[in-house]
Amino acid sequence: MIRIENLSVSYRKVPALVDVSISVGKGELIGLIGPNGAGKSTLVKAIAGLVKPSSGSILFDGTDLRGKYPEDIARLGVSFVPEGRHIFQSLSVAENLSLGYASGRAYEESTHEAVLDQFPALRRYYNDSAAGLSGGEQQQLAFARALLAKPKLLILDEPSLGLAPLVIDSVFETLEKLRTDGVTILLVEQNASRTVAIADRTYVLGGGKIRKEGTAAQLLNRDDMLETYLGKSV
Amino acid sequence: MHAFFQHLIDSITLGSLYAVMGLSIALVFGIMRLVNFAQGDLVMVGAYGSAFFSHAPWIFTLIIVLVVPIVFALIIERIAFRPVRMASDSTLLVTSFAVSYLLESLVLLFLSATPRGVNLAPALGHPFHVAGLLIPWLDVATVSSTAVLLVGLSWFLSKTRTGVYMRAAAEDFTTARLMGVRANRVIAAAFAISGLLTGVTAYLTVAKTGQVYPAMGVNLLLVAFVATTIGGLGSLSGAVLGGYILGAITIFIRAYFPAQLASFTQAFTYLIVIAILVYRPQGLLSSRANRTRV
Repeated sequence: MIRIENLSVSYRKVPALVDVSISVGKGELIGLIGPNGAGKSTLVKAIAGLVKPSSGSILFDGTDLRGKYPEDIARLGVSFVPEGRHIFQSLSVAENLSLGYASGRAYEESTHEAVLDQFPALRRYYNDSAAGLSGGEQQQLAFARALLAKPKLLILDEPSLGLAPLVIDSVFETLEKLRTDGVTILLVEQNASRTVAIADRTYVLGGGKIRKEGTAAQLLNRDDMLETYLGKSV
Repeated sequence: MHAFFQHLIDSITLGSLYAVMGLSIALVFGIMRLVNFAQGDLVMVGAYGSAFFSHAPWIFTLIIVLVVPIVFALIIERIAFRPVRMASDSTLLVTSFAVSYLLESLVLLFLSATPRGVNLAPALGHPFHVAGLLIPWLDVATVSSTAVLLVGLSWFLSKTRTGVYMRAAAEDFTTARLMGVRANRVIAAAFAISGLLTGVTAYLTVAKTGQVYPAMGVNLLLVAFVATTIGGLGSLSGAVLGGYILGAITIFIRAYFPAQLASFTQAFTYLIVIAILVYRPQGLLSSRANRTRV
C-alpha cells in the first residue's frame, strides 16, 4: 500500500528524520510511537505533502508522493486527520462532513448514512455549528469526515490527544471497528501501550530514526527498549 | 426631517458602494491573508472598459465592465500572486503594490493621465420624487444591485460546494487542502468573484462621477480597506457592516458639520474611525480565521 524508503527531512539545517523506512500493507493497522520530537508528526506530514523530504521516496500504490500537493495526495486516496482534529469551526457539522467529498469521492447516500450511524452525535447536531461540539464529538466529526472520502489509507495523528479517558476508550473502539471493516490505518500516538496492543505492527521512532519495529509480542519482550525511548514501562 | 431622510438615502447609497468594494477585499483576504491593493486598479480597468464601449448598447457596456475586471483578476492571480503564494504576507502585500503601479503605469503609457468623460447610462442620472424626497435612479440601481450581490454571494457561500470549500479554506487553508480542496481552484474562485464585485463598483462609480482616470481606484480602495478594517478584516459580514457605517459617517458629517469646517470633514470621519478601532482593535465583527495563517 505505502512504502517509505530512506526518507530524510530537515527543518532548515536541523534533521528531523534520518533514513526512515516503513511500510504499511493493505488492511493493516500500523502504529507509530515515540517521544515528543521523535519525528512522528514530521513523517506523516511528509506523506500528506505538508513537508518536503530532502531525500528518500514515498511510494503509494506505486506512485511517488514526493513533491505532490496535499490536495493531490488526498485525491489519490490518503486521508490525513491532523493533530488537534482541525474541525472547521465556522462551518456546520453537515458542511464539515461535505469536506469529506472534496477529494473527489461522489456522494453516496448509503455510505453517508452508514458513517453517520457510526457517530450518532453528528446526526444530533447535524445542522448546528461545529464550534459547539465537545472534544470527543469533534474527534468523531474528524473521523467521519475522513471516512466519507473512503480512503485507501487513513492516517491519524494523535487522535487521543487532549481527550478525556472515557472518550479515548471510544476512539480506540472506533479504530478497532475500522480495522474490522478493512480500512488501512497508520496511527501516530503518544499512548504507546494501547497503540502497541491494537496495532498489527508498531514502529518506535526516536531522534528521527526508527529504533525498533515489531508486533506487540516482539516489542513487549523488549520492554527495556520501550523504556529507553518512551520513558515509561509498558 | 426631510433633510434627514435625504441624508439617510445618500448614506445607504454610498455605504452600498463601500460595502461591495469592501467585500471584494475581504473575500481575497479571507483566503490569501492578502490585502490586494491592486483591487482599486481593477475598478479603474473596468472603468476604462466602459470608456471604450460607452456608445455600445448599454447591456453590452455593462457586460464589458463586469467581465474585464474578472479577467484581469484571474490573470493577476495566475501571473503575480500564485508564484509567491507561499511567501510571507509582506511579500504578497508588496506584490499587490507592484501590480497596482504596473496597471496604472500601463494606462498612463498607452492612454493618458487626463481624465476622460464618460456618459454612462444617462437615464440613471434622473431623479424621481417620492414623499418630497429626491432620489436618483442611480441610487436605486446601486442599492438594489448591492442587495442582489449580497444575497447571491451568501447563497453561493452556503449552498454550493465551491462556496463551502472557500469558507473552509478561509478558516484553515492547510486542512482544507488535506481534505482534497484544490488550492488553485478556490483562490481563483475568490479572485473571480472579487473581480465581479469590482466590476459592479466600476460601473456604478463611472455612472455617478462620469469620468475615468488612471488613479481613480486608489481612493476607493483606501476607503474600502478602512471599511473592512472597521468591520473586522477577514469577516465578510464585517466588510459590509463597515462599508455602511463608513458611508453613514461620511454623509452625516458632511451634512451636519458647520460650513466653516467643511474642509475638515474627512479628518473628522477618520477621527471616528480611529475611535472605533481604539475601542475594538479587532474590528466590529472579527473572525477567528484571521488570526492564523498556516
